[in-house]
Amino acid sequence: MGSGIWVLTLLILHSVFEGIAGQEQELNHRTERISGSAGDVLEDDPVGRLKVFVYELPSKYNKKILQKDPRCLNHMFAAEIYMHWFLLSSPVRTFNPEEADWFYTPVYTTCDLTPSGLPLPFKSPRMMRSAIELISTNWPYWNRTEGADHFFVVPHDFGACFHYQEEKAIERGILHMLKRATLVQTFGQRNHVCLKDGSIIIPPYAPPQKMQTHLIPPDTPRSIFVYFRGLFYDVGNDPEGGYYARGARASVWENFKNNPLFDISTDHPTTYYEDMQRAVFCLCPLGWAPWSPRLVEAVVFGCIPVVIADDIVLPFADAIPWEEIGVFVAEEDVPKLDTILTSIPIEVILRKQRLLANPSMKQAMLFPQPAQPGDAFHQILNGLARKLPHDKNVYLKPGQKILNWTAGPVGDLKPW
Amino acid sequence: MKQTAGQHPNRRPYSAAVPGEAAALRPPSFLFWSAVHVLCCLVSAALGFRFSRLLFLLLFSPASHHHHLHNHHHHVHPLRQPPAAVIPFPPPPPPAVAGRVGVGRHGIRVRPWPRPDPAEVARAHEILVRLQQEQRLRYGVKDPRPVIVVTPTYARTFQALHLTGLLHSLMLVPYPLTWLVVEAGGISNETAALLAHSSLPVVHLPFHEDMPVLWNDRHRFEARMRLRALRVIRERRLDGIVVFADDSNVHTMELFDEIQKVQWMGALSVGILAHSAAPDATAKRQQRASEQETSPLPIQGPACNSSGQLIGWHTFNSLPYAKKAATFVGDGVTVLPTKLEWAGFVLNSRLLWKEAEGKPNWARDLDEVGISGEEIESPLDLLKDASFVEPLGNCGKMVLLWWLRAEARYDSKFPTRWVIDPPLEIVVPAKRTPWPDAPPDLPYQTIANEGGHVEKHVSKKVRSSRSKRSSHNKKKHETHVDTQVSEMSGAQEK
Repeated sequence: MGSGIWVLTLLILHSVFEGIAGQEQELNHRTERISGSAGDVLEDDPVGRLKVFVYELPSKYNKKILQKDPRCLNHMFAAEIYMHWFLLSSPVRTFNPEEADWFYTPVYTTCDLTPSGLPLPFKSPRMMRSAIELISTNWPYWNRTEGADHFFVVPHDFGACFHYQEEKAIERGILHMLKRATLVQTFGQRNHVCLKDGSIIIPPYAPPQKMQTHLIPPDTPRSIFVYFRGLFYDVGNDPEGGYYARGARASVWENFKNNPLFDISTDHPTTYYEDMQRAVFCLCPLGWAPWSPRLVEAVVFGCIPVVIADDIVLPFADAIPWEEIGVFVAEEDVPKLDTILTSIPIEVILRKQRLLANPSMKQAMLFPQPAQPGDAFHQILNGLARKLPHDKNVYLKPGQKILNWTAGPVGDLKPW
Repeated sequence: MKQTAGQHPNRRPYSAAVPGEAAALRPPSFLFWSAVHVLCCLVSAALGFRFSRLLFLLLFSPASHHHHLHNHHHHVHPLRQPPAAVIPFPPPPPPAVAGRVGVGRHGIRVRPWPRPDPAEVARAHEILVRLQQEQRLRYGVKDPRPVIVVTPTYARTFQALHLTGLLHSLMLVPYPLTWLVVEAGGISNETAALLAHSSLPVVHLPFHEDMPVLWNDRHRFEARMRLRALRVIRERRLDGIVVFADDSNVHTMELFDEIQKVQWMGALSVGILAHSAAPDATAKRQQRASEQETSPLPIQGPACNSSGQLIGWHTFNSLPYAKKAATFVGDGVTVLPTKLEWAGFVLNSRLLWKEAEGKPNWARDLDEVGISGEEIESPLDLLKDASFVEPLGNCGKMVLLWWLRAEARYDSKFPTRWVIDPPLEIVVPAKRTPWPDAPPDLPYQTIANEGGHVEKHVSKKVRSSRSKRSSHNKKKHETHVDTQVSEMSGAQEK
C-alpha cells in the first residue's frame, strides 16, 4: 500500500516536471537562453553584489562640459554621461566610501566636440589627469590602491589612448595614471596597446527610442540577403584606399558591388532601420576603429552581424557567446564572403536568429533612459561584480608607490 | 567609426614605434627617418610613382595570389627595377604591439573575377525561402485554415488574361487552397487547359447555361453560379474560408492573411476600378467635381464607428456614371458593379454546412436560399441578420482587393487555346488591321444609336476582306462609307 502511494507521487511529480519542461521547450523553440563563458549571467541582478562610490567632482568636469555642448547626449560616446546619471540614482550606489567595492570618477572626456560633432581628444589626457589629481588629494582611496579599485568610462575610439588615429594612439598608449584602474571602453582588439587586461568592453551608445520608433511587424519577410550602408573609401582622409579599414571595406565594395545578393552602398536612406529588419545578414566591418554602432543596430533588429575585424573583442564577451550569434570573417577572406555566407548551414542560421530574438540579448546592448533590468548598465555592473573580491595585493603598503606621475608625453603634464 | 580632423599629415610609412622606448631615442631617429623620407620623396618625384608600394608588393605580398594592389599607379611593372642608388626601405617593424594586425597601408584584396556565382545565388535564395517559412511559422498566423476560392468563369477572349492572373495569385497563397471554378456553358477545353497550368487542387464545375450578354443579367447569373459552388461546398463538407475571387479581380497577398481572422462572415473593402479607358473632357470635369466630394476611387465595404463596430456599408453610388454605364459586354465603356459585390465578403464554410458546431442562428440554411426565383444579390442575402458581419482589414481601412471588369466584345473571336494553327492566310498592314471575317453589325448598336453614330462606328471598324483595298480606303473612307457598308453586308451574305 505504501509503495503504491510512492509510485503515485512519483508519477505525479514526473508529469509536473514534464509539463514544465514542455513549456520550456516551447520557449526554446522561439528563443534560446544565452550563456557565455562566464555562464548564464545576462540576467543577473547586480544589486547586493557590489557597492559603488561616486566621487563628487566639481561641475567643470561634467555638468559644465555638457552644458557647453548638449550634442554629447546623442552621439555614440554618450555612454559616459548616461553611466554617470545611472549610478547617481542606482541602488548599488553607496555614500559611505569605506564599504565601497568600486569607485567611479565622473569625468566626461569625450565631450569636446568639433562643429561637425566629432570629439577632439587633445585635451582629454589632461582632463583625466587633473581629475585623478583631484581625487587623490581630496580622498585617500586613490592612494590606497593607486586606482586598482577605481573604474573609468572611456568610450572614445581607442579608449584611454585618447587619440583618433591608431598610430598616434598606439604611440601614446594607455594613459599612465590609468595603468591600474579598470577601464570601461568600447574599443576592444586583442594584443593591442589600447586594450588593457581586465577591461570591460561595452557597446557604443545607440538611441533606444529612435530604434523603437522604426520597428516593423516581425512577420515582414526578410528578403535582403546582405545589407550594409556606409563608407567604403574615406576620401577625405585616405583617398587612395588601403588605410581606412585596413582595406577591408574597399575590398567588400570592389568584390560585391555587382552582386545582387549584396545590398551595399554609401547612400543614407531614411528607411535604414527598416531595411535592416528586412535583411538576414548585416555587415559590421571595421572603420578607423574596429567597433561601430552597427553591431548594436544589427542585434536590436535581429539581423545577423557579420563582423569583419581581425582580433576584435566584442562587448560583454564573457556574458555573450558572440561566435554563436554572429559570423566572423577574417579580413583576408573578404573576397570569399559570398561563398562563406551561402555555405552556412540553414540550421545554424536559424539558431543565430533564435539567439538574436532573445529579448535579453537586445536589452544588453542598449542604454535606455531610465535604466531597465538586463540593460548595458547592469551588464557593466555585473562585469564589475564578477571581478570581485579584489586581490589582496591591490592594496598598497604604506609608502609604496607604483605609478610614476611624470610619465607620459610632456604635453599631458600641463594643468587643465 | 567616422574620422575627420583633416588630412592625415605626411605619415611615416611604418607604424608602431614601441611606446615608452620611443621617448628617449626620439631626436636622432626622428632626424634620420625624416632624411630618409625626404630622399625617398625626391626619388619618387624622379620616377613618377610612389615606389614604396612597389617595394611592399615585392617584399611583402602574402602567399595568396588573389592579392593585388588596387592602385591606378600600379599596373606597373613588377619587372621595373628601382634605380640602384635608392636606399632600400627598411621593412616596417614587425607589429609586435599589434599582434597579427598591423597599422598602416594594406592592400585591397579583389578576386580576379568578382562576379556572383549562380550556384551560390541559388543557395542564397533557398536560404531566404527557408528563413521566410520559419518567420511565417513564428510570427504569422497561428493554425491557418484552408482557403476555398469560388470563381465563376466562361470561355471568352479575355478569359486567358484574367484566369492566368488569378491563377498566379492563388499559386502564391501560402495556405492550403481548394479552387472551385464554375464555368457557364459547361466544361470547355479552353478553361480546362488554363487550369491545368497550376498544381492547385481545382474542382471544375459545369453550369449548363450560357453567360448572358447584358451586364445586369450577368451579375445575377454569376450569383447563381456562385450559389452552385456553395452548394457543392455544403455537399462535400469542405472546410475552410470561402473567398469569392472573380477572375478579373486583382487580389493582394495580404488579403489571404487578413481573412484568416474571420470567425463566421467577414466584409472587406473593395476598390472599384470603374473609370473608363478614354476619359473625354466632360468626364474629366465631372470627375474633378465628384472628387471634391468623395474619395477619388470608389470603395465598397463595411463602415465602422469609432469603436470598430460595424454600423453600415459603403456601397457603390452609380449616379455619377449613369450616362456612361455599359449595358452589354464589350461595350467599350465602364462596367459598373452592383451595390455590394460578392468579392468583398468571405465566409467560414461551416456556415454553409447542414450541421456544424457553433453555427450561428443568424445564418439562413443554404437549401432555402435561391429557390422559387429569389434573387440573390450579395452574400448578405444568405443571412437573416446582417449586423453580425465582421469588418476586416482594420475595419475596412485597408483596401486589399480591386474589382474590375474588362472584356472584349462578347462575340469577339480568339484563336483556340491561343495557338495560331493554321497560320493566317492574310497579311494585313499594321496600321489598320481588318479582320478576315467581319462581325455583323450589332443589333443593340443599331437600335440604341442613331444614324450618325452608326456611321462613326462603321468608319472606325471598317473591315475589308481584301487587303489591297485597305490602303486606298484609308484616305477616302469618309466618302466611301456607304459603299463599304454595302460591301460589308455583301461579304456577309456570302
